Amino acid sequence: MRITRQAADARRGRLVRALAPLLTLSLVGVGATACGGSSGSDTSKVTLTVGLFGDFGFKPLYDEYKKAHPNVEINERTAQYADHHKNLAAHLATGTGAADIEAIEVGYISQFSAQPGKFYNLLDYGAGDLKSQWLDWKWQQGLSTDGKSLVGLGTDVGGMAMCYRTDLMAKAGLPTKRDEVSKLWPTWSDYIEAGKKYQAKVPDSHFFESAGNMFRAMVGQAPVGLYDDKDNVIVGSNPDVKKSWDTTVQAIQAKMSAKLTAWTPEWTAGFQQGSFATIVCPAWMTAYIETNAKDASGKWDVSAIPGGSGNMGGSHLTLPKQGKHPKEAADLLKWLTAPEQQAKVFKATGNFPSLPKLYDDPSIKNFSKPFFNDAPTGQLFAEAPKAVKPQHMGPKGGDVMQTVQQGLGRIEEGKQKPDEAWSQVLKDVDKLK
Amino acid sequence: MTAQVSTARPAPPLAARRPPRRTRAWLHRLDLKGSPYLYIAPFFVLFGAFGLFPLVYTAWVSMHDWNLLSDDHPFVGLRNYTELFVDPYFWNALGNTASILVLSTVPQLVMALGLAALLNSRLRGQTFFRLGLLLPNVTSVVAVAVIFSQLFGRDFGLINWILRTLHLGTVDWQSGTASSQIAIAVMIVWRWTGYNALIYLAAMQAVPTELYESATLDGASPLQQLRKITIPSIRPTIIFTVLVSTIYGMQVFAEPQLFGGGGPDGVTGGKDRQFQTLTLYLYEHGFNRFEFGYASAIAWVMFAVIVIAAAVNYLVIRRIRSAS
Repeated sequence: MRITRQAADARRGRLVRALAPLLTLSLVGVGATACGGSSGSDTSKVTLTVGLFGDFGFKPLYDEYKKAHPNVEINERTAQYADHHKNLAAHLATGTGAADIEAIEVGYISQFSAQPGKFYNLLDYGAGDLKSQWLDWKWQQGLSTDGKSLVGLGTDVGGMAMCYRTDLMAKAGLPTKRDEVSKLWPTWSDYIEAGKKYQAKVPDSHFFESAGNMFRAMVGQAPVGLYDDKDNVIVGSNPDVKKSWDTTVQAIQAKMSAKLTAWTPEWTAGFQQGSFATIVCPAWMTAYIETNAKDASGKWDVSAIPGGSGNMGGSHLTLPKQGKHPKEAADLLKWLTAPEQQAKVFKATGNFPSLPKLYDDPSIKNFSKPFFNDAPTGQLFAEAPKAVKPQHMGPKGGDVMQTVQQGLGRIEEGKQKPDEAWSQVLKDVDKLK
Repeated sequence: MTAQVSTARPAPPLAARRPPRRTRAWLHRLDLKGSPYLYIAPFFVLFGAFGLFPLVYTAWVSMHDWNLLSDDHPFVGLRNYTELFVDPYFWNALGNTASILVLSTVPQLVMALGLAALLNSRLRGQTFFRLGLLLPNVTSVVAVAVIFSQLFGRDFGLINWILRTLHLGTVDWQSGTASSQIAIAVMIVWRWTGYNALIYLAAMQAVPTELYESATLDGASPLQQLRKITIPSIRPTIIFTVLVSTIYGMQVFAEPQLFGGGGPDGVTGGKDRQFQTLTLYLYEHGFNRFEFGYASAIAWVMFAVIVIAAAVNYLVIRRIRSAS
């Protein structure tokens, strides 16, 4: 600075004078954050951003956390499922824009765990001691591909059940009590048989909402799904995928599908209007049913899913390396995924914990909601995660699934015959690689 | 400005320290020759930074296998372009863009012409109507697309509700090729008709009134006047609007994207890609698969297509002018 003043160029001097306070300020800022990182006893506020999709049920928890940590301010931002993950990928690649804590759904987790360099290693922040709390497979999904670092800690798991509308089932002359309903469809072909009866009696409504969801559930129950262990897409060669496809096509041809696409306004309205009688229902889906069908309390109930247990969805929380306050963010992340908080989230929204010690906790085990006719959701959703041997989800698992679902959608819309749709799916999936 | 300042300032005393004569002359020459460039520089600097540079850089990127998520971007020459030209989805998107362009531009301009002619006659509350014309245009595209998508909803949309009450049967607007493209065209027409009508109106007001007066004396009907006087007189304006709407129509994005709803259908333009436009196709590869090299190639091909379409349009319309 002194040199420029000696140069005595008036204009440049003015510029420097204008910049000086800014420079000083930013230096002070750097000093302050450095202190925050090392001592933690400073009084300056740390603002943490949490990037989510859908409803994680964290909002009421923030206030509690802020009370215990007065120096932390929390901002939450949410986006739609697919957009959220696309944006995160772009933010990580371009080196800017990611939140301090980012949620990642299991369909996308491999894509991100393949680049552990973009995330803080949670093992460096004391997560290793907590390992025994989690379902083993949930923990494994959060590990980086090389197994050396921990990218994410699990929030919820999506043990599957089948949600159904009692009023519509009664209209079709089908059983409405949840035990009888579970016995009605032990397998998917029984489910389709029930659907045929339903369609004959209640032709102006549909048995389920979307073929894509049914397909996703069936594939989720198979030991191996869309990818093999070596990250190869095996849609074309895995007989379980083709079998699920064929069963779904049968259901479409029997006109059981309401042909809705998940997350569209028509789909959302359908819960309330009774456009469909059943929906494949991982634990987190109950949150959507409850918010989308506010006036249908007591009409929805939960039964076992055809075809045995399986997992669908569930998420992890991660710390992108772009975050400026990894220590504070890690503390918040560990707190949000801790047993007390997961239990609270489950009771408020329905997102089911990924911590097995909670499953036997009486407050979870005996939990039920009047909205779902007092179905014992705490017990129902605990079956699957304990039994599940999870599939390996490849780097583009979410995209591959959506591509296959679009193929089923083309059959639903009558645009293609099943064979044509299948061969186009194989071609499209091939291009995703 | 420099010149003004120097003349306004009182001449310094002779003895004052002033630069030698030669330097002053040189400075003067520099001012004379250099300043104009300085004055026009802001445009060129901005154009260079936000227009030319991205254009050139996109061309550079388009010759690489440039995945956003990977760190190395190998040079592949023109491979992205050769792949693009054999991709049936590219041709599908090009076809959709063209048909949506026709479906939206033609009714839009015809209706704009009619509206302008109406407003050009003596009306009460002219300002009110003119402002009203512009209203759809200042509405955010996103709001327009979201609301129209709901109107065109399959189960609970207003339009299907009306059709149902009239016992005409419902239409699954989104899944059909023609129906989805019509729905998108309606959004574009709604948004841009008023804007074009105002431009036509401005041009019509410059047409001398004597022409109309003598035509009326000769017994020409209003429709004849429109065809024989108004349209020939505002032809340059018509050419302008055709060009501008073509360029806009080639880049339609928000309407189909939001019409498809969040999720994969908004990216592929329907399950069968029935309303995927070129821009949506670019978005799919660039921002969904992060294939920036391929997406850049699409961008350049789009640029070429728009230039060709604009040129063809221009020639065709000029032909009409000289023929009549």
